[in-house]
Amino acid sequence: MVTATVPVRATTLACPNCGSSIALHAQGWAVTVACSSCGSVLDALDPNLRVLQEHAMRLPHTPAIPLGTRGKIRGVEYEVIGCQRVAIEVEGVEYAWTEYVCFNPYHGFLYLSAYEGHWNVIEKLRRKPSAPSGSSRPAITLDGRTYHHFQTAVARTTMAMGEFPWELRVGDEVKARDFISPPFILSAEVSDQEVTWSRGEYTDPSDIAKMFGVPSIDRRPEGVFANQPNTHVRAARRVAKVGGPLMLVWFLMLLAVILLSQRDEVFTETYTYDRTRGEQNALVTGPFELRGRTSNVRITLRAALENDWTYFGLALINDGTGQARDVGKQLSFYSGRDSDGRWSEGSRNGSVTLSSVPSGRYLLRIMPEGGEPIGDPVSYTVSVKRDVPAYSHFVIAFFALIIPMALVWAPVIGFESRRWMESDHEGALLNFPKDEDGA
Amino acid sequence: MTAPAPFSTSCPSCGAPIRFRWAQAVQTTCDFCKSVLVRQGLDLTKVGQQADFPVTASPIQLGVEARWGNRTLVVVGRLTYEWTRGRWNEWYCRVSDGSSAWLSDAQLEYAITAEVDAGRPLPDPSTVSVGDVVETDHTRYTVTSLSQAMYIGTEGELPFTTSGREHSWFADLLDASGGFATLDGSESPPLLFVGEYVSWTELRATGAREFAGW
Repeated sequence: MVTATVPVRATTLACPNCGSSIALHAQGWAVTVACSSCGSVLDALDPNLRVLQEHAMRLPHTPAIPLGTRGKIRGVEYEVIGCQRVAIEVEGVEYAWTEYVCFNPYHGFLYLSAYEGHWNVIEKLRRKPSAPSGSSRPAITLDGRTYHHFQTAVARTTMAMGEFPWELRVGDEVKARDFISPPFILSAEVSDQEVTWSRGEYTDPSDIAKMFGVPSIDRRPEGVFANQPNTHVRAARRVAKVGGPLMLVWFLMLLAVILLSQRDEVFTETYTYDRTRGEQNALVTGPFELRGRTSNVRITLRAALENDWTYFGLALINDGTGQARDVGKQLSFYSGRDSDGRWSEGSRNGSVTLSSVPSGRYLLRIMPEGGEPIGDPVSYTVSVKRDVPAYSHFVIAFFALIIPMALVWAPVIGFESRRWMESDHEGALLNFPKDEDGA
Repeated sequence: MTAPAPFSTSCPSCGAPIRFRWAQAVQTTCDFCKSVLVRQGLDLTKVGQQADFPVTASPIQLGVEARWGNRTLVVVGRLTYEWTRGRWNEWYCRVSDGSSAWLSDAQLEYAITAEVDAGRPLPDPSTVSVGDVVETDHTRYTVTSLSQAMYIGTEGELPFTTSGREHSWFADLLDASGGFATLDGSESPPLLFVGEYVSWTELRATGAREFAGW
């Protein structure tokens, strides 16, 4: 049986360009190897490491994860065998990141990318996403998940060291199209021959630091990365989970109040307030009956005021117990004409609502007071209604519900706007991310 | 003609024992002198010499057993190809249901394919382009990549002889539901192999090569 040259850990060869030693960790799998000392790109399939590209780049570069480091990714041990710097240019600004090649002789290759502290674990895909029809913006689907187009740019390899399972050359350019559905990113690399797809999963730097035993990786990433999960969403959804049903309860209660209020008019009568008679204006109405459940009572006053005001002292008296509830209401109405035209201020009518009045026989004591000293007698109408819809509590409850919701959703929107600001679709912020736990 | 049963014989070149494990095998390579031997009936003829095997590493080797759904594969032969972007192995396998299949290992990306009758003539892969549609009686495929590959090594038993072959065209095909196939131009008319990608975990291989340190 033919036994191919099987690598026993690393094989060490000399760089044919500068003579430095080159450790081959994946001999037989790697296609190109770049010398870490002189930067030459060599043919890893050639026993003599034929030079493919001499002094291809400026060195040194110190990768965060040294070549040869091993770590467990998704339960499988991988060794970092190569790394390259890749740069894109957007509106004249260069953005560069580092890509690591991770290798296991049975499971194959996985890749890591690192940009300003943001890490992705990337696998090559051997199936293609499909384009859904009728989408307003470019989007693709894979395994039932929709990915939105984020950015298209030309990515150029500016530096390489170690081993690569493809024919790498420094200066290689590919057109990269990125689609996101946090925490995932799908990238299509379009070269002359074909389109290759890969899927990255955003991974916390502390996880990468633990996987490879490199504590310095565990630092706070800068800014928001394309497929970084929006962690504010979780809190916002939790609030929405409570707030949503409460809003529904709020609405149902409001509906019940509107539909079920009986609005019974139990009393109405018209009187005259003559201010020359002073306290003799006080009066007590005839008794009226409040029937049914305990409910609110609304006393409405309408007074024929003309550039005048009146204060009404009111008392709702339970005829059985003699218990009285005192309230007051002032009405004032002024109008005239000036250089700007007609004006008016105040109102001729107003009402006051008493809550939780039990059924029974009641009387109303009315004591009108005040007003302009030389006013005419004022005719006014008093009417009493029970069980009228009252909305003030609903207004308060509405704000009590909406303010916390706004407070938790604001950072979600802020995060999304920072994410999409870096994309080709700046206006696309209202693309709410899915919950990371898939809910 | 009935297929010859597995049998043992000796290498016509060096006399070392040769044992065929697969009744339909046409070609084998002597483990000792690397002579490439072709079987005609019970006779073995030397048709070539396998040079030093090129540097390619694979955890798969002759004798490996792997799972393919509820079937079992046994690896009996190997073809190694080289193209512009590297090398890959096609491992010829006996399947537990009596059929045969190929387990390909392209830089540790695995796929299992089996020959399928397209039901109609297929275009030669050297004449198609990426994006072309190739239709069979069952499926409508799109050409996703094209490669011209060189034969650079052979090992074990194969269902045909590689003698006289130097290179061949291959077209990779995908259907709308992600199904994958290869149009193999090594024979005329071309052959269609339909398959699926598998992960190392799914293969549950036994008897795999061991790598020091792993």
